[in-house]
Amino acid sequence: MPTVAFTRALERFLQAPPAEVAGTTVGEALGAAFAARPALKGYVLDDQGGLRRHVACYVNGRPVRDRIRLSDPVATSDRIYVFQALTGG
Amino acid sequence: MTDRVYVGTRKGLFEIARRTKGDWQIADVQFLGDPVSALLSHDGALYAALDLGHFGAHLWRRDGAAWRELAVPAFPPRPDGAGDDPHPWSLGKIWTLEPGLVNGRLWAGTMPGGLFRSDDRGESWTLVESLWTMPERRQWMGVAGGEQPGISAVLVDPRNPERIRIGVSTAGVWASDDGGKSWRIMNRGGMYNEYMPPERREDPIAMDIHRLARCAAHPDIVWCQHHNGVFRSKDSGLSWYEITAIRPSKFGFAVAAHPRDPNTAWFVPAVKDEKRVPVDGKVVVARTRDGGRSFEVLHNGLPQRHAYDLVLRHGLDVASDGTTLAFGSSSGGLWISEDAGDSWRAPEGRLPPVNVVRFAI
Repeated sequence: MPTVAFTRALERFLQAPPAEVAGTTVGEALGAAFAARPALKGYVLDDQGGLRRHVACYVNGRPVRDRIRLSDPVATSDRIYVFQALTGG
Repeated sequence: MTDRVYVGTRKGLFEIARRTKGDWQIADVQFLGDPVSALLSHDGALYAALDLGHFGAHLWRRDGAAWRELAVPAFPPRPDGAGDDPHPWSLGKIWTLEPGLVNGRLWAGTMPGGLFRSDDRGESWTLVESLWTMPERRQWMGVAGGEQPGISAVLVDPRNPERIRIGVSTAGVWASDDGGKSWRIMNRGGMYNEYMPPERREDPIAMDIHRLARCAAHPDIVWCQHHNGVFRSKDSGLSWYEITAIRPSKFGFAVAAHPRDPNTAWFVPAVKDEKRVPVDGKVVVARTRDGGRSFEVLHNGLPQRHAYDLVLRHGLDVASDGTTLAFGSSSGGLWISEDAGDSWRAPEGRLPPVNVVRFAI
């Protein structure tokens, strides 16, 4: 199964440990992670279910293409990493 | 006697406690490093809205000593027909939190202009769809150079909590007399916009309502610090007249209304618009005690040389005693008065930029 890991910056607010999740797209994999930890969803996705503007999501070290519907495919060995884009000061 | 004031800053929540007369000190720091966009201390609980740059808006409540994250107001799925809606269907930030004066009810005014209601002390929230789905809402304009309008004030009538007035930057004053089921713009005139084209100078929907404040004991008296000056209403916001005696300038963001005296209000004027700094580098508070016919410029204890503190919409508050005031600035200044503004003291310390100052209500 693909793995989802979250930036440790989120640990200031809530627990967000890495997890192996079911799913064939980024959206399905993240959805499985949020099913286990519902409070995490609002930190990563906006109200319409897309990635927050200043949140980055990479698969195997490359940014996902579809930030709105999260339709990029993922394979069982893929590693999804969610972290903050470098903005602000 | 009020002995606590809560200060929400760009880098955390600071609780300032009164130790002895005139001596206020930072007693606690929470959410250090995180922007606080709104605060409410009510009914034994403290609510803090966070505006995390990367990770969205969040809402926390403290009952007793323990903080807990609550649900955050969320917009419904954007319908297909909303393609030309200029505003996002996603919460930007909570800008104001107010008690609904009904058991457990809260109102949250937000960017991008959604009003939300909770009936369970913030555990869950419902978008006020009647306001959000009005065709006129698409004419609302963004604030502070951004793309999102913001509800800067929510006034609930203590005589009847179904009567609600909201102020919007930038969309004027809106009213509901049925608890939020229906809305109308308050448009009997009196306000004007110098910054709009001449034909829309008095358009009520183009008014930039920086902040509204109402006298709790005389709720029909409402004060407005507008982008273009100071206005007052005697009919709960339906019609307005300009207060021209304000000194040293008519521009500003914040206003506080005395809880019992309908003729007393406080403002923090600044050089208008393009500069947004105190007049002549002097931090002052303007106070009227005669309904706006005249003002005193209060400066005792405030910096009077090379001070460039700007006080934003939610940066000034008066406590329920009517004599304790506090205001904080966008450069981290904080001053507290125990004598209705006659004199001010700054607590020890240097704060981050102040977004919101709040006493318990």
